Amino acid sequence: MGKRLRIDQIHPLQDGQPAKQATSVLIANGQIVAMGAQAINATADQVIDGAGQWLLPGLIDLNCHLGEPGPDRRGTIATETLAAAKGGFTQVCAVPETSPVNDSGAVTHLILDLAAQQGQVRVLPVGALTRGLAGEMLSDMVGLMGAGCIALGNGGRALRDARVLRRCMAYAHTFGFTLFIQPENAVLAADGCAHDGALAARMGLPGIPAVAETTAVSEMLLLAEETGVRLHLGQLSCARSVQLVRAAKARGLAVTADVAMHHLVYTDQVITGFDGRFHVRPPIREESDRKALLAGVEEGTIDAICSQHRPQDQAAKQAPFAATEAGLSGLETTLSLGLRLVAQGQLSQGALLRALIPGPAAVLGQPLPQLAVGLPADAVLLRPDGQWTVSPQTLLSTGKQAPAMGETLPGVVSLTMVAGQIVYQQAD
Amino acid sequence: MATMADSNRQLQLTADGELKHFLSLEGLDRALLTRILDTADSFIEVGERSIKKVPLLRGRTLVNLFFEPSTRTRSTFELAAKRLSADVLNLDISTSATSKGETLSDTLLNLEAMASDMFVIRHAHSGAAHFIARDVTPGVAIINAGDGRHAHPTQAMLDMLTIRQHKGSFTGLKVGIVGDVQHSRVARSQIQALNILGAEEVRLIAPDTLLPTEPEAMGVRVFPRMEQGLKDLDVIIMLRLQRERMEGALLPSEREFYKLYGLTREKLALAHPKAIVMHPGPINRGVEIESEVADGPQSVILNQVTNGIAVRMAVMSMAMSGQLAERQQQAKAQQKAQQKVQGNG
Amino acid sequence: MTDIDVAQCLERLAEQLRPQLAELPEPPLMVGIRTGGVWLAQRLHQALALPEPLGELDISFYRDDFSRVGLNPRVRPSHLPFATEGRRLILVDDIIMSGRTIRAAMNELFDYGRPESIQLVTLVDLGGRELPIQPDFTGETLSLGPQQRLKLRGPEPLWLERCGI
Repeated sequence: MGKRLRIDQIHPLQDGQPAKQATSVLIANGQIVAMGAQAINATADQVIDGAGQWLLPGLIDLNCHLGEPGPDRRGTIATETLAAAKGGFTQVCAVPETSPVNDSGAVTHLILDLAAQQGQVRVLPVGALTRGLAGEMLSDMVGLMGAGCIALGNGGRALRDARVLRRCMAYAHTFGFTLFIQPENAVLAADGCAHDGALAARMGLPGIPAVAETTAVSEMLLLAEETGVRLHLGQLSCARSVQLVRAAKARGLAVTADVAMHHLVYTDQVITGFDGRFHVRPPIREESDRKALLAGVEEGTIDAICSQHRPQDQAAKQAPFAATEAGLSGLETTLSLGLRLVAQGQLSQGALLRALIPGPAAVLGQPLPQLAVGLPADAVLLRPDGQWTVSPQTLLSTGKQAPAMGETLPGVVSLTMVAGQIVYQQAD
Repeated sequence: MATMADSNRQLQLTADGELKHFLSLEGLDRALLTRILDTADSFIEVGERSIKKVPLLRGRTLVNLFFEPSTRTRSTFELAAKRLSADVLNLDISTSATSKGETLSDTLLNLEAMASDMFVIRHAHSGAAHFIARDVTPGVAIINAGDGRHAHPTQAMLDMLTIRQHKGSFTGLKVGIVGDVQHSRVARSQIQALNILGAEEVRLIAPDTLLPTEPEAMGVRVFPRMEQGLKDLDVIIMLRLQRERMEGALLPSEREFYKLYGLTREKLALAHPKAIVMHPGPINRGVEIESEVADGPQSVILNQVTNGIAVRMAVMSMAMSGQLAERQQQAKAQQKAQQKVQGNG
Repeated sequence: MTDIDVAQCLERLAEQLRPQLAELPEPPLMVGIRTGGVWLAQRLHQALALPEPLGELDISFYRDDFSRVGLNPRVRPSHLPFATEGRRLILVDDIIMSGRTIRAAMNELFDYGRPESIQLVTLVDLGGRELPIQPDFTGETLSLGPQQRLKLRGPEPLWLERCGI
């Protein structure tokens, strides 16, 4: 019998909402062994007072860059999975655009080995859809999935043409693999770096029009329909994309979608003054897009909210806007920014939690994450009324280019456990 | 959230509202732009003397940092700086070598170590001058000599000076900008300048492919047809058409463009009889403008050189003045802090 | 107000200038330093009936305190409607103290050409010179307390204001 951990006075997530009634949970051998009346007075080796805190199944991030393998100054599996744990995530999907690209079983094995040795949370690699992500030749999809990838993706890179895409889909469909695709028509996006609207026009920044995304979404939906592949569209940015996905779902397509938290919180106005921090891909668009994306999450058209975590060092953003590298660190702020949206009445609590826990689990084909006896203890203890301030000092990610810098946000993760092991605990 | 105008004011003005950088016209007010034009008028007079030089920036070092080659613009900045008695260093840095921000920052830090007082910057990326003013070089005045498609404020101000010389004021003026507005930093700055200075109407005359997204948001009226757009104009600004626009499928041919948007004597007759015609040069005769119009009595293309030097002298001396005021304030604050420490000790 | 009558002072200055003008082979050129110097010069120019128009000098670009006080926001073009090369100039200013304004004015004048000579006329000499510059003709000599300043108000009527700082 291993050590027994009891957490008291917690409000566990039940039927999508934190339970009104406070209770206890008992964890041993990596599993929840008792909850409720059986747990309250159970003997334990360690007791944590969880008064006023929520106990949630671990959050799942569908799009996260861990920086490894790659130039180590931008984060490692060790640093970024710790940041994930602090952000409340117990599973993160690692994007294929590593260096080298995750287009072979060997790279997948490397990632999984590093994750096993140094990772704090579960790392789910997404393999490259095409060799080298060059968009020309199919990758060894079966080999990648056999090595442990959970899906295949384009890593935000363009495919050469619709024929390559169609063949990727058909091949993946043969074996029942899921594709994670960030839709963008590369020709229409051209050399753009910001949302093609009045602001970018005024700033003289080459724009990426919304149609660069919507034409790609349309094309992919039609091809997915024809090939029958399981398609997941990642990081939607505009209102029309939500409509297209809604219509596709309505006609029974096996399609799912996610949105990055920064697209739910910000509009293109954040790049005012050429703030390269908010140079992200796809670009952050207008208020009407943001509203439509929020509505999409609320109604479930958008299944998940991801962090689109991209740790960048100072040098990556030390340049004129268009020359900065896209991406910001999102793992640690995603949940808090979501809770702020809830507090502001912009998103319901139920929709937020659904998009961070069961939503992404369903995309991954996992069973519904639950806090129940006999299930692995992948859980997060959260002080919903706690507050923290985003700063380079409070962020654990190597990338200090984060949204909401200097702002005080609601929601403090006090403890994260994976299979019953405490992987993160907030310092007193 | 701060608007573009707010953030721009904050970046390029001192606490007292004096110019300390000149990055773009966004957020600047009519009084300040008028002062730039007035000061430029005084420098025009200096240019008419036997010794065309004043000692304002004596002992100051100015670096012309051109990441994009442009002999013409660089020369006017150089001449302007020399007429202010500044020491001038010209650096042409090819963009390929410094397309990454790291090297750009490093280059600038090295130059800062040479105790330069002012950088004149031209760069292919929009926002480059902003980035340098904000993140790289505190205490050094930054003058934007053109960044990407974003702004070219000194060029726009010299055009405003030319307009004021011919029209007296901006009140009631109808100004049309013809051609490739989308790729033009000059046009963006001109539109802002004209709106700030109180022109009655700014028109863009171009096909959709050469217009920026949501042009009306810039405070302009759009006319796809030159015949309608030219009606009653007091000032016609012809933009230069780059050859690449045909390759990028934005236009069918130079011939068709000339037919539709080229300024000929017949089309000019549609504007106000006293309308002036401006062009930033160098002119593509027979593409944007008919030779007879370019060389005609309504054309004010040539005296833009004199104005260009005067405007740049005005902007440089005003920005240096603002930087010096800020340095003084900082020195005073430091002194106070030191006294406080000594007082406590 | 001060007890100095500007009009009387100007008359006296004109009287002092007249005899030497008579001796010159050609009439001199008169230049006023903006703003007060120009008001005075206009009156002297008229009183002496000089044939050529009056010049106006704005010394803003030549001041030696640019790094301390910055650029004068109201700078206007200098206006010398004649060639100065080889000519005798009469420079007019309202108040002389440190002498720095006159140094700046002379530097500026020399950028127009090499004059034969420059004479300086000031309405009031307050002493306190920091440079070896002396007026050739002065209306009044005064000394002020350390907290006092004198300013010429105008253009019509011209009067001197004494104010504390």
